[in-house]
Amino acid sequence: MEERMQETINPVEEPTPEQIEEQIEEAAPEPVEEQTPPTPAKPPEAVIRIKHASVRFNIAGEKVDNLKEYFVKLVKRELRFKEFYALKDFSIVIMKGESWALIGPNGAGKSTLLKLICGILTPYRGSVEVKGEIAPLIELGAGFDPNLTAKENIFINGAVLGHSRKFMREQYEKIVEFAELEDFMDLPIKNYSSGMRARLGFAVATVVEPDILIIDEVLAVGDAAFQRKCRDRIRELQAKGVTLIFVSHAKAPVLELCEHAVWLDHGEMKKIGSTKHVYWAYEQDLVKKRKEKQRRLRLQQQQQQQQQQEQQEQMEKKQ
Amino acid sequence: MKKYWKLTKERFRKFFRYWDLLVLLVQRDVKMKYRRSFLGYLWSILTPLLSMTVMAIVFTQMFRRNISNYPLYLICGNILFSFMRESSTQAMHSVIDNAALLKKTYVPKYIFTLSKVTSCMVNFLLSLGALLIVMIATHQEFRWMNLLIVVPIFELYVFCIGLGLLLAAATVFFRDIKNIWSVITLAWMYLTPIFYSLQNFNESTKPGVVSMSNLALFIRRFNPMYMYIQQFRYFIMQYTAELVETPCGILIWRGAVYAVVMLLIGTFTFRMTKNRFILYI
Repeated sequence: MEERMQETINPVEEPTPEQIEEQIEEAAPEPVEEQTPPTPAKPPEAVIRIKHASVRFNIAGEKVDNLKEYFVKLVKRELRFKEFYALKDFSIVIMKGESWALIGPNGAGKSTLLKLICGILTPYRGSVEVKGEIAPLIELGAGFDPNLTAKENIFINGAVLGHSRKFMREQYEKIVEFAELEDFMDLPIKNYSSGMRARLGFAVATVVEPDILIIDEVLAVGDAAFQRKCRDRIRELQAKGVTLIFVSHAKAPVLELCEHAVWLDHGEMKKIGSTKHVYWAYEQDLVKKRKEKQRRLRLQQQQQQQQQQEQQEQMEKKQ
Repeated sequence: MKKYWKLTKERFRKFFRYWDLLVLLVQRDVKMKYRRSFLGYLWSILTPLLSMTVMAIVFTQMFRRNISNYPLYLICGNILFSFMRESSTQAMHSVIDNAALLKKTYVPKYIFTLSKVTSCMVNFLLSLGALLIVMIATHQEFRWMNLLIVVPIFELYVFCIGLGLLLAAATVFFRDIKNIWSVITLAWMYLTPIFYSLQNFNESTKPGVVSMSNLALFIRRFNPMYMYIQQFRYFIMQYTAELVETPCGILIWRGAVYAVVMLLIGTFTFRMTKNRFILYI
């Protein structure tokens, strides 16, 4: 029923996985050594299907968050909002077991896309379909009482992910062991460093195999040894057919963990394809932008110098 | 119709999936409330007892009315009204205080509001100990009828959930409500017969005239807290003169209507606005 309605809204055909594959191949400018992706035993099925999704925010000229202003503006009819699209007409199909990297500068819409997948945001237009359990990586203590101990936080974090208390009791030992924080379990989370929190968060999120694992920049705070451990664990999950969505500004983990990548800029998809190619294009673009900026700076400097010279000449003429 | 059923079933399934989260959040609140305090949970009993003592001393000196067993009369009104004030104030903050979490992952947002009201309810149930102490101290005789207080308590709980949801949703968009709410509850408290009784204003109500009797009529009809507090007193105290103002059956009936209406308003507002919370928290 719902599907039919969506089809009437979006008469454009959704891209089939084959088409996406084609796109990926088309995106490749030159042949590269193909990494054979871990082929899951079952035939692949789409876990995330986003069709022409747009996310719109209203930015008020000034933020109206008190009643007086609201009514004053309502009476004056000044409640106009600027429209701002955090994501514009974005479509993607992610198959089970794939791993995708989202790259792009700050404010490009990466986190918005993650929120859309998690179901925190609803699209203004278009549709988002997600099958299976999602485990987002939450930094522990982010939303909870920092006065609670790590142990209590683990249980709450597990409950947020939808695990029962009984299940968490069974998994507790495993989580603590993975995080290597046995001695600090009765310490309030406010006394934890951000690295220690990230450890716990990762341990809780990956204790079971979720269908979709979402990692948003959190790994960067762990130390080198733990980062390696996390990567190994992600690999392990990938081999078991977990779909991974990864956001990072660091190049190495992206190239190491993800086969596919999407490059976002200003809410639009710039490029989609294999990680190497997309990342290469992204870097090229960065270099280009930097050069342009330098060129513009140089131009400005030249203009300033010219102006100064002219002024000096004028002064001399007057004298 | 079938679709509607499916949706309802889906909602309940989701609720039970997050049942453990609700339990943990309530546990956390109860635990955190008295952490690092010397007397701990005993404060839940001591606070209402002490405030009742202060009020009893003040009001007996100022205007002694012919209310029998005044301390018990006071504490009945006081603990119920405190529960309403506490739970609504805490529920109001429930969504905005969990902003960090709600931005990161999907959790049904009403869970936080529900957990706040529920933890206040746990605290309220503890404060019934104070009631028990006053009943013993004033030689109030115990009857089976006392157990019927679960009816007004349940009604009040439902009412407070509705109120909490409404306030939580409204506060996301207008933070002013945080500041004005304490004033509103203060006015509400004076409009509720906690330390006075409405029995003197029974007669001679003329429509359209601003008078004490019309105010009393207004309170009897339109103040939901009146319904719950009077029911509560009716079941705890003897069936005395000051309690026959409104028959108990009518009180239960009106109280239930107010509770359900408030719940509907609350859930409706919350559901209409919850998808936009993320843009404002």
